[in-house]
Amino acid sequence: MTENDKASSWPTVADRSAAIAVDHLVKVYKQTRAVDDISFSLPRGSITGLLGGNGAGKTTTIAMIMGLVLPTSGRVQVLGHRMPDDGAAVLGRMNFESPYVDMPMRLTVRQNLTIFGKLYAVNNLSDRIAELARDLDLTDFIDRANGKLSAGQKTRVALAKALINRPELLLLDEPTASLDPDTADWVRGHMERYRKENNATILLASHNMLEVERLCDRVIIMKRGRIEDDDTPAAIMARYKRTTLEEVFLDVARGRANGAKEGVR
Amino acid sequence: MTDLTLHRGISPHRIGAMILRYWYLLLSSWPRLLELLYWPALQIITWGFIQYYIAQNSNFFARAGGTLIGAVILWDILFRGQLGFSISFLEEMWARNLGNLMMSPLKPIEFLLSLMVMSLIRLAIGIIPMTLIALVLFHFNVYALGLPLVAFFCNLIFTSWSVGIFVSGLVLRNGLGAESIVWTLMFAIMPLACIYYPVSVLPAWLQVVAWTLPPTYVFEGMRALLIDNTFRIDLMLEALAINAGLLVASFWAFLALLRSAKTHGALLSGGE
Repeated sequence: MTENDKASSWPTVADRSAAIAVDHLVKVYKQTRAVDDISFSLPRGSITGLLGGNGAGKTTTIAMIMGLVLPTSGRVQVLGHRMPDDGAAVLGRMNFESPYVDMPMRLTVRQNLTIFGKLYAVNNLSDRIAELARDLDLTDFIDRANGKLSAGQKTRVALAKALINRPELLLLDEPTASLDPDTADWVRGHMERYRKENNATILLASHNMLEVERLCDRVIIMKRGRIEDDDTPAAIMARYKRTTLEEVFLDVARGRANGAKEGVR
Repeated sequence: MTDLTLHRGISPHRIGAMILRYWYLLLSSWPRLLELLYWPALQIITWGFIQYYIAQNSNFFARAGGTLIGAVILWDILFRGQLGFSISFLEEMWARNLGNLMMSPLKPIEFLLSLMVMSLIRLAIGIIPMTLIALVLFHFNVYALGLPLVAFFCNLIFTSWSVGIFVSGLVLRNGLGAESIVWTLMFAIMPLACIYYPVSVLPAWLQVVAWTLPPTYVFEGMRALLIDNTFRIDLMLEALAINAGLLVASFWAFLALLRSAKTHGALLSGGE
């Protein structure tokens, strides 16, 4: 098969029905290959963990999926639409949460959710805000300015914003970073419930291996912009002969693959 | 804001949401409201007394009543119009909220239209009290200019939006390190726009440059109206034609800078 044939055969039938399909994605910043020829496809309703050390290319990959960064080469398809060209058709059906963005600090939680609800054209917005306030326990501070909230409260508000439009696809970049264990556990529980109740797809970039083990039915490990491994958490741990993903992460980060890479899917 | 096209499927609902966002912000912050009011008020009081003093000592200024005060008001429309646009944009950078907006269904054209509406709202908060001060203290009624005032205002606000769109694109591409351009770029055209003196004062070669700027036509038009009692509609139409070109060019530049920001990953950093 020639390169042209390969190009015209993408997306495949499976990719077209996927929540996210990434094909030979490359991002080069000057001399640095931040993302180096990665391909993967996430079925709808799945939770996938994107793992890797700092500078592995996780955030750049997520940013290219969202259309915030343009790829140097390669293609991205989200919910059946090409990104970024066809973003208008799909941005209302997805949402995200990231530590790299904030919500306006002077606005109250209710005002922020109202504005984002209107941007996402949410029907019965006040009912939806009340529902999120109940589900995410925002009621006590819903009329307080965002800047006056604790880190845990802000994370719950950011999650409420990410769920305001009942997204089919949720991109989460370190959603529990800087949270205490209790709040982090509570957030994970909520994400699990949301996925089950809505058959949503979640792509989760995290440094928290326990979080990924608990939530994800698939793990993609990145290193220096490339996919180092891609499988279920159990299969990856078995391949590396380790009992936790944290040990696998350290093996990958320190180049102690123990021949496991030969078994990469 | 992934869609880089300008026109497809503009939603008044999303524009309204963004205006509401800035309105909430203004209402939540008295220093922001005060900032809109106090500088225009200070300007008109200072220049009003200068006009008063010069008129007492010069036959020309005694006859050409209000040219300085009128120029100050029109200059503030130009400058404050651009600041009103750009500061609303900067609020998103300061709040680190741009990523949320870029990932939402909001289109670039809707974002820019909401910033234009906000520039009008912010301008009204600052300029209306300024004109009332001019009326009460210096007996200069800018509203007595009538329809020509509408032509002056439209041309000045179109120029302010063009500059605002362009500098917002620069900040988007280069981060907050480029913020100072927002505050200073309009002053670069100040000497050439001939706000306080006629174009004929400039050397011939500089006059050619001055006539490429729409505000020059407005300030010449204002002097023609106040000194000669003549409304130069030809000047207004020429300014409008240049403004149309400037607006198209600024939209194009904004989209090019947005694309460049996405290519270089600038939207992820957004800082210095």
